[in-house]
Amino acid sequence: MAFVAIADRDHEHAHDEPRTWIRKYVWSQDHKVIAIQYGVVAISIGLVALVMSVLMRLQLGFPHAFSLIAPQDYYQFITMHGMIMVIYLLTALFLGGFGNYLIPLMCGSRDMVFPYMNMLSFWFYLLAVLVLVAGFFVPGGPTGAGWTLYPPQAISPGTPGVTWGIISMLASLAIFIIAFTMGGLNYVTTVLQARCRGMTLMRMPLSVWGIFTASVLGLLAFPALFVSAIMMMLDSTIGTSFFMPAMATMGETSKYSGGSPLLFQHLFWFFGHPEVYIVALPAFGIVSDLLSTHARRNIFGYRMMVWAILAIGCLSFVVWAHHMYVSGMNPYFGFFFATTTLIIAVPTAIKVYNWVLTIWRGDVHLTVPMLFAIGFIFTFVNGGLTGLFLGNVTVDVPLSGTYFVVAHFHMVMGVSPILVVFGAIYHWYPKITGRMLDETLGKWHFWLTFLGTYSIYLPMHYLGIMGVPRRYYAYDNAIEFIPPSVHLANEWISVSALIVAAVQLIFLFNLVWSYRHGKEAGPNPWRATSLEWQTPDTPPKHGNWGKELPVVHRWAYDYSVPGAPEDFIPQNVPHSANTPVSPHESHS
Amino acid sequence: MSITFAFGALIAGIVVWAVIVRQLTVKPWEVQVAAGADEPQASRFGTVKIGLWVFLAVVTSLFGLFISAYYMRMGHGHEVATDWTPVIEPRVLWVNSALLVASSVAMQWARANVLRGRARAAFDSLLIAGLATLAFLAGQVFAWRELQATGFFSARNPALAFFYLLTAVHGLHLLGGLFVWARTLVRMRRREFELIEARPSIELCAIYWHYLLLVWLVLFALLLST
Repeated sequence: MAFVAIADRDHEHAHDEPRTWIRKYVWSQDHKVIAIQYGVVAISIGLVALVMSVLMRLQLGFPHAFSLIAPQDYYQFITMHGMIMVIYLLTALFLGGFGNYLIPLMCGSRDMVFPYMNMLSFWFYLLAVLVLVAGFFVPGGPTGAGWTLYPPQAISPGTPGVTWGIISMLASLAIFIIAFTMGGLNYVTTVLQARCRGMTLMRMPLSVWGIFTASVLGLLAFPALFVSAIMMMLDSTIGTSFFMPAMATMGETSKYSGGSPLLFQHLFWFFGHPEVYIVALPAFGIVSDLLSTHARRNIFGYRMMVWAILAIGCLSFVVWAHHMYVSGMNPYFGFFFATTTLIIAVPTAIKVYNWVLTIWRGDVHLTVPMLFAIGFIFTFVNGGLTGLFLGNVTVDVPLSGTYFVVAHFHMVMGVSPILVVFGAIYHWYPKITGRMLDETLGKWHFWLTFLGTYSIYLPMHYLGIMGVPRRYYAYDNAIEFIPPSVHLANEWISVSALIVAAVQLIFLFNLVWSYRHGKEAGPNPWRATSLEWQTPDTPPKHGNWGKELPVVHRWAYDYSVPGAPEDFIPQNVPHSANTPVSPHESHS
Repeated sequence: MSITFAFGALIAGIVVWAVIVRQLTVKPWEVQVAAGADEPQASRFGTVKIGLWVFLAVVTSLFGLFISAYYMRMGHGHEVATDWTPVIEPRVLWVNSALLVASSVAMQWARANVLRGRARAAFDSLLIAGLATLAFLAGQVFAWRELQATGFFSARNPALAFFYLLTAVHGLHLLGGLFVWARTLVRMRRREFELIEARPSIELCAIYWHYLLLVWLVLFALLLST
């Protein structure tokens, strides 16, 4: 079996610590530095998207009080907010950020297997972000086509940013996909080839499983977005008719002939649905590790958890058209995709049960990462259950144009993964910097964010049931049936959104302040078992492991093993009378 | 039908899984100690090779989706789209295909020569493989010009647009391969490394070339049949 680290042999990998500042922190090939670069860029662009959502909420909640944004701005913001949050923040942060940091450390290798390509991946990502941001400065501003960029309106006159904005968006996506492919090749190959001795696949922490499977999904699904981006760019620039139907706009017949907008939707969602799991699977993996560590219990049903991740990964490729029930596709497709959608709920539910059973009667420490992990379970269950509504054609048809959908996807793939991101940052910050984040600030951050997001999104379900349409800039006078309570709810949502957005400043302050003034963390503050906490230095140095690579003797979940001197046994501790094989590892 | 092709991308994923699935069923706790020291070490070459196969899975997904888009745009399963005017493929494509087959054969020949330690022959066959590929690309450009010269040229005809798009994407992949080819060739020429060190590059090039030949044959069959 080929799981011995290739990075073991020094003549093949230059481990000389880079000496110049530039080589160390800018053109770095060290996975830990690249991870932080990814993280900083992702969070920065995420803040831009956050500010845009605040501006949109001000408009929706108090349509007469502010004149901050015009209708076309609203569409541009909604588009950029969605695209940035899904792709440039969550995908980049989970895979480029956590994937880069955790895979080599958790697998016991010195670095990614292709460090140079890893570095290129980050720089391409940065370029993609810059091209995207350039959209704000080109004539006409960024595209306002909605984050799904559906043709024909994405490239038809009347849509904001139809000249340059859409080009910058499509170009940025294409560059991002190239960046992701370079990163993804690294993540997958590193997991397959560079694990340390004893680290079999079935001993890997679930974080690695989640990130690995998400990378595979990304490698196979992003080409669909690439294909649609290229073809739409050709439609827009040289006038091909891949997606653009023959039509008349503004009294003139367009230059296009019978292209198929439905084809775009199929391609987009063939990428778009796996994308949901590209974000969710790393979150699933990470949250499993957080729950197990902070409840001092082995993860319940490890093997089942791995198989569930794989099953979800495979099934995620056969549910895409449940986003298209109202698109006018063949109605029989709806039957097929509703069925697969219900099937994918099964492995997902298994995971939820196992998380709950993991903390059940555990020695639960309500640390900040644990709070976020538990918050995730609540939010994910709520968001997942509304997914069962929308997965059924007959329920989806009346609801799909309403705020119910906005509430659903924000709960399930906005708030849930972000809670995991926060939990993970509180959890691994001590390893990354050597200092703890402040706990009091962390608890304020958690409770205000958690309760605040509920106060935003629960009322949105109500709006949806009332039939309030989404994508509208303002409702006054336009829609007669909307009762006054809806306006009140909108004000409430907007105030909550402002508070939640402001609360994130506490987090940013904590990140910066604790870097210098946080409590010294020591090598293993959470008394965790997985390999990243067993490095000889904290933060780990270049090459991670000093002279000798670790050797793994057990799974990553030996917490509270009967007879052991402490309530955890690290993965690299050999079996002995004192540190026996956990009965749970073989029963999992 | 279109869904069938979309599933083609999925199959690539299954192939990747097949590599690892047997490792999913191991029971590590039954082995009392960590893996022994005599275990075969994963070589750098093996790692790069796996990296290449993962990349080829991405390429499969990409072309699978292009092909599936092609069928759907044609209106497959329904009536044929009214604006779809079939392209009469230039005859030069047959010559081009022969050239690409030749380049693939030459790559294989280079691989065999490296294994037998024949440096000179390895260099020559590698050179021939690349030149045949360049000739293929030139031939593709020639086919483009020939199509442009016909009176039917119009960006609005999706069949024609797909013809250009598919051949261009395939050609770009070959250009990427030629970059590695040129680097290897220059290094061999300058005798920067021993033949044994050229082996991984040549072997990877050979796999990549065979794969792109396969992709081309599928694309060519698709273009001819519609």
